[in-house]
Amino acid sequence: MNIFDIIGPVMIGPSSSHTAGAARIGYVARKILAQEPVEAEIGLAGSFAQTYKGHGTDRALIAGILGMRPDDERLPRSLELAKEQGLRFSFHTVQLPKCHPNTAVIKLTGKEGAVAQVEGASVGGGNILITRLNGMESAFTGQCDTLIIPHRDTPGVIATVTQALALYKVNIGNFKLTRPIKGDMAIMTIELDGQLDSGVVELLKKQPNVAGVVYLRAN
Amino acid sequence: MRIAYDSIAELARLAASETMTIGQLVLEEQAEQLGRTKEQLLAVLDEDLTVMEQAARRGGRKDVHSHSGLTGGDGWRMSQYARAGQTLSGPLAACAMAIAISVAEYNAAMGRIVASPTAGSCGILPGAVLVMMEQRGTSRQQACEALAAAGGIGLVLAQQASIAGAEGGCQAECGSAAAMAAAALVELNGGTPEMAANAAAMAIKNQLGLVCDPVAGLVEVPCIKRNAGGVMCALCAADMALAGIRSVIPVDEVVGAMREVGESLPCSLRETAQGGLAATPTGQALARKIFGAN
Repeated sequence: MNIFDIIGPVMIGPSSSHTAGAARIGYVARKILAQEPVEAEIGLAGSFAQTYKGHGTDRALIAGILGMRPDDERLPRSLELAKEQGLRFSFHTVQLPKCHPNTAVIKLTGKEGAVAQVEGASVGGGNILITRLNGMESAFTGQCDTLIIPHRDTPGVIATVTQALALYKVNIGNFKLTRPIKGDMAIMTIELDGQLDSGVVELLKKQPNVAGVVYLRAN
Repeated sequence: MRIAYDSIAELARLAASETMTIGQLVLEEQAEQLGRTKEQLLAVLDEDLTVMEQAARRGGRKDVHSHSGLTGGDGWRMSQYARAGQTLSGPLAACAMAIAISVAEYNAAMGRIVASPTAGSCGILPGAVLVMMEQRGTSRQQACEALAAAGGIGLVLAQQASIAGAEGGCQAECGSAAAMAAAALVELNGGTPEMAANAAAMAIKNQLGLVCDPVAGLVEVPCIKRNAGGVMCALCAADMALAGIRSVIPVDEVVGAMREVGESLPCSLRETAQGGLAATPTGQALARKIFGAN
């Protein structure tokens, strides 16, 4: 924690957990989709489901999906902007066993047909925890720069990625591998101590068995 | 230099031994921890100050209202009254209240604010700092240093107690903000670090046990008026400290009491909208009206 966790963040009101955190979850979903979204189906659990309209949680989630940060002054008009930009959206209530009370499940469909599903919780003070990505378990906060790399579970893929990071002198703060089935699709989630230049991201994308690279900048 | 931010008394002692204010000490230490210069941190705080000023101005308009329709326009009412010059609490306190209400109303209306420490309590620190700029000639640099002092106090409260209403009730949000604002006010008025620590203690003591009971679960009723109450509590505590009054219970023990009181609050009084004002007949009728209509 530092003083800017206390004096900050700068955000659109009214609630750090129901508005700023929700915008951040939407933003992560947009980044994971990595193309312009045309449809968003959003499931809300717990407290999100009960009070989302009064707190503008719906507007915040859609704003994030449109690529806005939590302090973007267009956030209150996001539902109207979504319609103008051709993003269809719907909200429904979901029951998730044992989830955090402020959880959203976002399914996005992109212009070129890609689909991304992100489950995240707003855990207080505008901070979030992404708990599932495309059906696989996950756990990252987006508080530091994070790489999300879906890949085929084969020998050497992780080594290739970490070697590239070493080459560019970027330190790994945390590494998590999610692999539901051996040899099938898996996700590396890598939290970094520094920033990456776009050259590394492009290099990583070209590696064999790497299905995609999402680079989430800390906010 | 490394500060653990586990004791407000220690923060005050360190500042005094370095002949600095708490704000200057926090800036030096945080610059080192974040690998940035003091000037860079001051520049970020200056931007925060600008957001606070804009929120006070925009939130003080007559036509500001929240999405639910529950709140808005009271910041304008309060500033009209303050300007008329017949207030009981004096022009400085009345203006501080007007700023606090305006910023909190702007937050409820989905305006852009600085959470300090939270969105629900975002009017208290601007109320204290901006009124000193308006009426006492505080410079931007001094105001930013006061925000740093407030940040240092807030860091201790976050680690040793809580700054979340869902964990510790409203004392954790508006109580923490008032303690931060009280310390900032003491430093802006030339008080010692020890006086700032005493002011923080007295601000917490006067809001100890305050419950979080928002009507319909929204950050509006009673949150906005508690921002006005919070800045008054900060002014009261700062004036007592500047008068040389000390907290009989040492500041860190007061923080410990706040944690313990927060932990013993029932769930219904910790941001669940199930108790207190939220559970009154009017509170429940408003909740039905807002969510029933949607």
